[in-house]
Amino acid sequence: MSAPIGLPNDPPADEALAIEFGLEPEEYAHALEVLGRTPTYAELGVISVMWSEHCSYKSSRVHLARLPTEGPQVVQGPGENAGAVDIGDGFCAVFKMESHNHPSFIEPYQGAATGVGGILRDVFTMGARPIANLNSLRFGRPNHPRTRELVHGVVAGIGGYGNCIGVPTVGGEVQFDASYDGNILVNAFTVGIAKSDGLFFGTASGLGNAVMYVGARTGRDGIHGATMASASFEGETEQKLPTVQVGDPFMEKLLLECCLEIFSKDCLEGIQDMGAAGLTSSSVEMAARAGNGIELDLDAIPRRTKALTPYEMLLSESQERMLLVAKEGREQEVIDACVKWDLEVAIVGRVTDTGRFVCKATPGHDPLDDTPTAKDPQVVVDLPIPLLADEAPKYDRPQKQPDPRTLATGRMTAVGTTEHITDDPGKMLVQIMGSPNVGSRRWIYRQYDHVVRDGTVVGPGEGDAAVIRAFCEDGEKTIEKFLAIAVDCNGRHVLLDPFHGAAMAVAECARNLVCVGAKPLGTTDCLNFGNPEKPETMWRFARAIDGLAAACSALDVPVVSGNVSLYNETDGKPILPTPSVALVGLLESPEHRLTMAFREEGDVIAHLGKLGEGQLGGSELLMQLHGHVSGEAQQIDLAAERKLQDAMRALAKAQLLRSAHDLSEGGLGGALAESCITGAIGATVKLPDGLTPADARLFGEEPSRIVVSFEPDARAEVERICTEHGVPFTGLGVVGGDRLTVDGVLEVPVAELAEAHRTALDEIVGAD
Amino acid sequence: MRVAVIQFPGSNADWDALHAARDVAKADARYVFHKESELGETDAVIVPGGFSFGDYLRPGAIAGYSPIVPALKRFAERGGPILGICNGFQILAEIGLLPGALTRNAHLRFECRDVHLRVEGRGPFTDTLAEGSVIRVPIAHADGRFHCDAETLETLEKNGRIAFRYCHPDGRLPESPTERGTDGLPINPNGSIADIAGIYDERGNVLGMMPHPERASESILGSADGLGLFESLGAHLRKGAA
Repeated sequence: MSAPIGLPNDPPADEALAIEFGLEPEEYAHALEVLGRTPTYAELGVISVMWSEHCSYKSSRVHLARLPTEGPQVVQGPGENAGAVDIGDGFCAVFKMESHNHPSFIEPYQGAATGVGGILRDVFTMGARPIANLNSLRFGRPNHPRTRELVHGVVAGIGGYGNCIGVPTVGGEVQFDASYDGNILVNAFTVGIAKSDGLFFGTASGLGNAVMYVGARTGRDGIHGATMASASFEGETEQKLPTVQVGDPFMEKLLLECCLEIFSKDCLEGIQDMGAAGLTSSSVEMAARAGNGIELDLDAIPRRTKALTPYEMLLSESQERMLLVAKEGREQEVIDACVKWDLEVAIVGRVTDTGRFVCKATPGHDPLDDTPTAKDPQVVVDLPIPLLADEAPKYDRPQKQPDPRTLATGRMTAVGTTEHITDDPGKMLVQIMGSPNVGSRRWIYRQYDHVVRDGTVVGPGEGDAAVIRAFCEDGEKTIEKFLAIAVDCNGRHVLLDPFHGAAMAVAECARNLVCVGAKPLGTTDCLNFGNPEKPETMWRFARAIDGLAAACSALDVPVVSGNVSLYNETDGKPILPTPSVALVGLLESPEHRLTMAFREEGDVIAHLGKLGEGQLGGSELLMQLHGHVSGEAQQIDLAAERKLQDAMRALAKAQLLRSAHDLSEGGLGGALAESCITGAIGATVKLPDGLTPADARLFGEEPSRIVVSFEPDARAEVERICTEHGVPFTGLGVVGGDRLTVDGVLEVPVAELAEAHRTALDEIVGAD
Repeated sequence: MRVAVIQFPGSNADWDALHAARDVAKADARYVFHKESELGETDAVIVPGGFSFGDYLRPGAIAGYSPIVPALKRFAERGGPILGICNGFQILAEIGLLPGALTRNAHLRFECRDVHLRVEGRGPFTDTLAEGSVIRVPIAHADGRFHCDAETLETLEKNGRIAFRYCHPDGRLPESPTERGTDGLPINPNGSIADIAGIYDERGNVLGMMPHPERASESILGSADGLGLFESLGAHLRKGAA
């Protein structure tokens, strides 16, 4: 075959352009060598997006391989559009989390909205009906000039998309830290339900089969979005606005219903959404998975803008588009469903056996012209699929442990003193409950429809995790399943020790699931870090992977899907390392569910797990005292964590508890306050004697601890189950009254804590 | 009882309505796609919530041009019970089956939370609920602020057509549109005139309401108060059949 042609107005494809497109000179040289010729402008665009960090995971692939991905519950591991775990009766939970950080910083509403749209498509592409969304957000310091606008925009964008498409947003987490001033994080998670034997994959199989385009028409939005997402921000971001896509959740709702209808006809070989790098990555990845080639007729691409060039069509990230490969002779069934749902559909190519990505287009032909010129398709792209997929560049980048002295440290806890380290522990507790990092997220989740689809059993703000009823439809029969989902990460602890901090994120997330009565099944991760070309960042990344791996193995929650987002820095200042994780678990019965609220006067309050020793590293308390992350890193004992979680599950199954709440930001004091606030009832507790000041033990954030409450009659049985699992049990006090009293330390009216908690975001978002 | 749930493109609480009617209230419930021109054999119709046609132009505006709408109007004229929930209420107002309009919430944001409603007006969906009783159901809307002219409001009040008003948990109406409850949130969540959450049409068989009774029909969802509307409908239909 002769070499592909460029178009008359194409800029010259050379090394300078390659660098502008984000390639390294050596990468461009490698492409030249493999091709044996100069690529066309369109080809260089294709190569550069497929080799971008975002699409190729070139800096992270060598490390991701260390994550545990297997287990009897795993139905689909990493490598597909989303992962899946078995939830019994032939059904699976399909889930994934993905970042949309850079676009959301440039244009918060659309960036966040299309983040939600993208992750929803990843899940329903698998043949699953999405049943719930979560999100993990990071913003700059509360008083940063852009924080208010970004919070308003991101929250409205997430709500605008999820509310319209009708998938409940049932939980999430939000943190504020100066390190995110110039680079916010928006990580979106979706879980859906499918029959385990009815999953669909992104494979272009069957020679000669039709490649079909379904959904929104192609425009010029989002061109080079994947490349933008693979670079750091420097100075002005306004000029990057054209790289951000614009979402249409109504279109996606039609696409969702249409795809589910198509799936039910079983007329597809494969399907993939056009996400990052749009038509290019979907075609190339589908062909790569099947070991095939693909040939596209770009003249047939539905478009909404005149004079689109092959380069633009291939790199556009217009939203709400799907690429399908129909089974032989079944194209009409796909077309019929699209007609019903008023969606654009076109046959745009064929599966080939050449192992090459070939695109044809007629120079000068535009179907939107009043009288289009005659078609005379010429080859404009002809690239080997492996070069763009498995053989894309892969780096084991240099690592260097950061100098521990670069971490500012603050006042440590002096062992042996019994003096309080805070001037007034009660006032400090109110201050912590009113901190934007700890306070109520009500202003946010009130803007999300968290009740659509009649499945929200434990909603936002009620428990440590959300509990969702999934309706699993099997012919005429509907089976109800109860899933627990949560998302976690505390970047402060990861900064102090990436291994332990990342392990603690997994442990906390799994603990959240057991605290609502579920068995954790699987993990998805979203690894947000700075520039991987800096050895310190790469060291943190590699250590965090090891921490995730250790915790996922210890707690039997394999990683089934995930996403890496690097270059999260502005003007050379990286974010807190933020390996967010979301876990999915299953409740055997809805009767096992628990929330965090203290319920009845006279109930016993107990602490499960090893009591805190006043280790304050990375705590909200030190943040309040010093204004920056400080202290010595927390360490997690994963074996103890596992025992604690097993005990907690046994307690939930035995239905012995009235409440359960994991200890995290704000430590024991924060957990007690939240159980009081949500239950609108007080508590009186006494801390056992310790070697460190009582308020340090009250606010320390050592992992692997849970506060529970139960009827006095249940005490012996609760203690027995803890003992049986080798978990320390400590009675702390009783529920009742209208004040939280910690003997000899503090006494605060619950109403005062509640007021601080409720208004914690006011300084950022404005009074309600 | 037989219940038809209309599916517009963008309806997203269609499942919620079908589930509550079929699986909880044990009705013979099914979907009717908006491109149909007949409802088929049915005793009642639910126009469900969602974002029909993406809320483009105005919530509910484009749905008025769907092929099913004439059949819906004929059903209403025959006295057939119709329940429009959330976007369904917006659609019924747009096609003129109910008076007034649903405008942007006073605080201009989408709002999702539980509210308390005082049951007032009598009709097929409220007859068996005690007048003055309080039910707790969720709202989830951005455009739920009911508005109408003074004359219409007077007619609604006079003829007992206000089915539900936003109220305190004990049934008290807020003394001002901005009065807050103990949780710090406004009792009237969207600024609706006269705290109106739902109204009947002139004939008394069409009910439109912004809150979602179908999302509060089972105790596992935190409230089963909404089931009362389906039970009332069942009683109404049995009475008619007798």
